[in-house]
Amino acid sequence: MSKPDDEKKYWLDEPKNIDKVFYAVLILCALVAVPDILSLLNILYHKHIEFEFENIFEFYSLYGLVCYVGLVLIAKKLRNVLMRDEDYYD
Amino acid sequence: MIEGLNPGFILIFGALLVPFTNGIIRSILLLTLPVLALAQIYTLGLGTWGQYEFLGLSIELTRIDPLARIFGTVFCLAAFMGMIYALHVKDTVQHFVALIYIGSAIGAVFAGDMVTLFVFWELTAISSVFLIWASRTERAYKAGMRYLIIQVSSGVILLGGIILYYQETGSIAFNYIGLTGLASGLILVAFGIKSAFPFLHNWMQDAYPEATVTGTVILSAFTTKLAIYTLARAFPGTDILIPIGGAMTVFPIFFAVLENDLRRVLAYSLNNQLGYMVIGVGIGTELAINGTAAHAFAHIMYKSLLFMSMGAVLFRTGTIKASELGGLYKSMPITMIFCIIGAVSIAGFPLTGGFVSKAMIQSAAADGGMVVIWLVMLFASAGVMDHSGIKVPFFTFFAHDSDIRVKEAPKNMLFAMGFAAFFCIGIGVFPGLLYELLPYEPTYHPYTAGHVITSLQLLFFATLAFALLMRYKIYPPELRSTNLDFDWFYRVPLKWLALYTGRLILIVWNWILGIANNIVYSVINTTANTHGNGKILARTTASSTAVMIIVAVLGFVVVFFYRFLQQPVPM
Repeated sequence: MSKPDDEKKYWLDEPKNIDKVFYAVLILCALVAVPDILSLLNILYHKHIEFEFENIFEFYSLYGLVCYVGLVLIAKKLRNVLMRDEDYYD
Repeated sequence: MIEGLNPGFILIFGALLVPFTNGIIRSILLLTLPVLALAQIYTLGLGTWGQYEFLGLSIELTRIDPLARIFGTVFCLAAFMGMIYALHVKDTVQHFVALIYIGSAIGAVFAGDMVTLFVFWELTAISSVFLIWASRTERAYKAGMRYLIIQVSSGVILLGGIILYYQETGSIAFNYIGLTGLASGLILVAFGIKSAFPFLHNWMQDAYPEATVTGTVILSAFTTKLAIYTLARAFPGTDILIPIGGAMTVFPIFFAVLENDLRRVLAYSLNNQLGYMVIGVGIGTELAINGTAAHAFAHIMYKSLLFMSMGAVLFRTGTIKASELGGLYKSMPITMIFCIIGAVSIAGFPLTGGFVSKAMIQSAAADGGMVVIWLVMLFASAGVMDHSGIKVPFFTFFAHDSDIRVKEAPKNMLFAMGFAAFFCIGIGVFPGLLYELLPYEPTYHPYTAGHVITSLQLLFFATLAFALLMRYKIYPPELRSTNLDFDWFYRVPLKWLALYTGRLILIVWNWILGIANNIVYSVINTTANTHGNGKILARTTASSTAVMIIVAVLGFVVVFFYRFLQQPVPM
């Protein structure tokens, strides 16, 4: 369980590489957002939809982003009400 | 093999051999039994066996149809996987009860009537609690007790429902029941307890994280999926299940965000996944039931994989609290890879199990025009991405380096994780193989451009949200804590109510006892005052005095009555 002093440096130990991961996520998001732009211009990709609102530009992307942020923020508020000490029941 | 033997019995009878074996023979026995059970399922094929008349009831010990077969199949695979994972364990009790537990879960799936179902149903409850108690801690003992009370109650309610149902219909065959009255309502509640319906769910989050490293992996696969199977058989198309399932997909994800114990996070996540299956049963169309069965199959694989990876971390580091872990990718890289495979599968990335199974339920909701539940499920999918897709691997293997340096997980654990990972990816890449096992004709095609793109959009933008929240330090930190859930009601107020009721009964009892004592004392005192030594009624007097009194009385009587009788009696 001890950490040797001469341990090799890992790629993620470098703070600027964490930035690189962040930018990689941004690029991936930009890539998966492209089909909706194509669909808007009516080239290559056509949405097959079940509900009308799926036609909203980048519906799934926005829904994912908003839900996620909403979930975390609400949970954070709930923590004020629900959180107790670790040995609360003991 | 015996013709028509319920495959569950192979594990149950096999368990009886466990105490007489050890070492390599024990290991071979543990790994062979699930394989034999699986072979039994497929050599028997479809049909019914073992019909008996018992006290006027038609018992049907074995019934294999496509719905039972897919659950039985995945149970055997999960048993095999769990046994590999537990090979290093040298605890006879755990091996024995695990086999009884798995055997009774498989037995229940293949039960053709409700009495057989009930027997196996209770057996799963009683055997499984030993996997929790095997931790041998005070916490585990108490959690196990609560678990046992709730599980056995489920069985008692089921029995009540079965008796009423038999009175109404004269049949105990386990087929479609549908919610029609009290009898079916009780049966639904019994199934609902084990499926972890909202407010009936806390036994799972309470007890599963307290079980042993291997026990949790085994527990997570069977009880709840058995309940989903029974719902799918008895209550398909029951409308009330749709909102219930919807609530199940949503509320646990908030707790999963806050929870610090990562095995408890996975228990909340399990609850959320069951929600999709309950919605599928509630919709009840062929596509939805197919979706439920497929999702149960895929879910057992990725959920076991996640529990196994967290179990390996607990086994090596001695803790499973997110606040104490981090940076483990340096010392447990293979476990990390398996954990991430489980995480992307549960999140439903293309080419994984979750992608090809969950989508069927989502699609069935869309076919039925159910906008609200469709949006709820989509919200929950973003939530799954958070707690299981990102939180579990991120805070264990990345985040801040906890400076914990340990060995990689034991080989048997890695092998079991590899087995599950193989299925997670295999189902995603070749969904046709899973679809062939489904109860109805598979009509769904998961790999359309639209489905792949919309899934990736949802999941990548959810990931982006996480990245942003972390970067700007908005994401709530992992804290050592207990988060209040519904179990608070029976662990605090109900407990106090019980204690105070007990105290009140004691006070009333003492009061009644006091009054009774007083009465007895006063009787004794009065008696002592009159009949006691030297008291008036106990005084000894001379016999001459007594004779004088008697003569005086006699004299009085004689004179009085003589005078009285002289008078003529007026008529």
